[in-house]
Amino acid sequence: MEITIWDEYYELLPRKELEKIQLNRLKRTLIRAYHNLPYYRHKLEAEGIDIHRFKTMQDLKHLPFTCKEDLRRAYPFGAIAEPLRNIVRIHSSSGSTGSATVVGYTAGDIEIWAELMARTLTGSGASEEDIVQVAFGYGLFTGGLGAHYGAERIGATVVPMSTGNTARQVQILQDFNISVLCCTPSYALYLAEVAQEQKVDWSKTRFRIGIFGAEPWSEEMRADLEQKLPIQAFDIYGLSEIIGPGVGFECQARAGLHVSEDHFIPEIINPDTGEVLPPGETGELVITTITKEGTPVIRYRTGDVSSLIPEPCACGRTLTRIKRIKARTDDMLIIRGVNVYPSQIESALLSFKELEPHYQIVITKENFMDRVDIKVEVAPEFFSDEVKTLEKLKQSIEEKLRAELNIHCHLRLMEPKSIERTSGKSNRVVDLRKKEGLT
Amino acid sequence: MKQISVFLENRPGSLFLVLKKLKELKVNLRAMSLADTAEFGVLRFIVDQPEVLIEKLKQEKFAATLTEVLAVGVEDRPGGLCDVIEILTQAEISVEYLYAFVVPSKEEAYVVLRVENLEKATALLKEKGITILDKIPV
Repeated sequence: MEITIWDEYYELLPRKELEKIQLNRLKRTLIRAYHNLPYYRHKLEAEGIDIHRFKTMQDLKHLPFTCKEDLRRAYPFGAIAEPLRNIVRIHSSSGSTGSATVVGYTAGDIEIWAELMARTLTGSGASEEDIVQVAFGYGLFTGGLGAHYGAERIGATVVPMSTGNTARQVQILQDFNISVLCCTPSYALYLAEVAQEQKVDWSKTRFRIGIFGAEPWSEEMRADLEQKLPIQAFDIYGLSEIIGPGVGFECQARAGLHVSEDHFIPEIINPDTGEVLPPGETGELVITTITKEGTPVIRYRTGDVSSLIPEPCACGRTLTRIKRIKARTDDMLIIRGVNVYPSQIESALLSFKELEPHYQIVITKENFMDRVDIKVEVAPEFFSDEVKTLEKLKQSIEEKLRAELNIHCHLRLMEPKSIERTSGKSNRVVDLRKKEGLT
Repeated sequence: MKQISVFLENRPGSLFLVLKKLKELKVNLRAMSLADTAEFGVLRFIVDQPEVLIEKLKQEKFAATLTEVLAVGVEDRPGGLCDVIEILTQAEISVEYLYAFVVPSKEEAYVVLRVENLEKATALLKEKGITILDKIPV
């Protein structure tokens, strides 16, 4: 394993020094938040907290959380802590699960973001020798521009494709000698499928690294992508409310995602009680930004489920790691009283070679009971002519799902390519219960 | 003889899509059957050049597969099929599925059979003087 590190000073900083820097930066952020963010000042005042008495890292756990709802209420510019003349860029979340949140970046924020994405890309082994195809969306979504600036920062050649026009993406991948692809894992899968149809000979390409994020994906999905594409696949983590991609990244050890703690402080909390959980325990990831000027957030509840990995990483970085995000607290489905994460369903489905990694989970109410239908595509090469073999396959998948989830799911085998492909975040779960509940 | 099978979802239009593709490719169906369950179906058919067609179907991402089946001539009279099946039954060879077709120029009827032990069944039927087809006569 060859280790490549972008910022050898900060990424290898001894913990003691790192914590000193964190405390200083955190104090400064709190004072700015108190003066410039009315919504957060109100929270502090409501709880009677005097931030000038903030002394040690231990005090962090007493500070109020920032929720997505706080940022939504601040729409459009209420969460921006600087006069707009100091803001050079605005991004906004898609608003797919509610109204949009807006984040502003100062020139300094853009600079830090490029550095964070440079760490991310370098961590995967990418360098100035690489040609990087950025197939994250460019625009208000942070993915495209985030990856773009990082790739430029390390001196790589950037091909800003954005999303869509998949046939062209596959063509460029070959013609431009692309070695690194940045996109969502579901888009990478779709791209692999189109490439396969076009009978792309991967041995004639230089493609070697995939940097995938913006939606939770599983180890099984990673294995599948690495089998279909000539790459090592790396997970990255980020969210627009914090900065965009670059909050967490996998190094070559690929054993959790390093968080750049000189810019962010991660905590894991019990999502029900808000209490901080010890390292190693699974809960909701909470992040505090300590260098961000435009839109600082304090104890932001990400909604992502993870845990901290306190052990030092094989790569030598002192930056802590978070476990790969497999689910979001708001992804969790409660089906007949049982907690189910879509990622569990994905893992179970992908353990069958007869299935394609394209699926959709539909939840409805049937006679006042929750009903789960899973549509999944059969792999053309494993399709059997005999009805009884297909029925047996269906049955064994349903049994596997029942064993893993403790609930019965109705499986529906689908023709290849019949489930809609998306170039952005995929819409794999359709919960129709809420709508019906209103009538 | 080789048969092509295509997986179909049980929804309006899925059969049409396959047939439309066959029409575009100017493929004549010589014999066919459609098996269905509550949720999906399997369309099985015999064409003149199955190896060529299967590649084209796979390119179009249909879940299609080639299966070796037995096509036998059956006398066009009451009990014709019964006599054939009797031979297989006595040898304890079970039949997964079958479908019949006729060729206007021929007096015999034909049956496509998918059996457990293809080689054994072929040898047995040949021995009893049953016509086994390599391809469908014109």
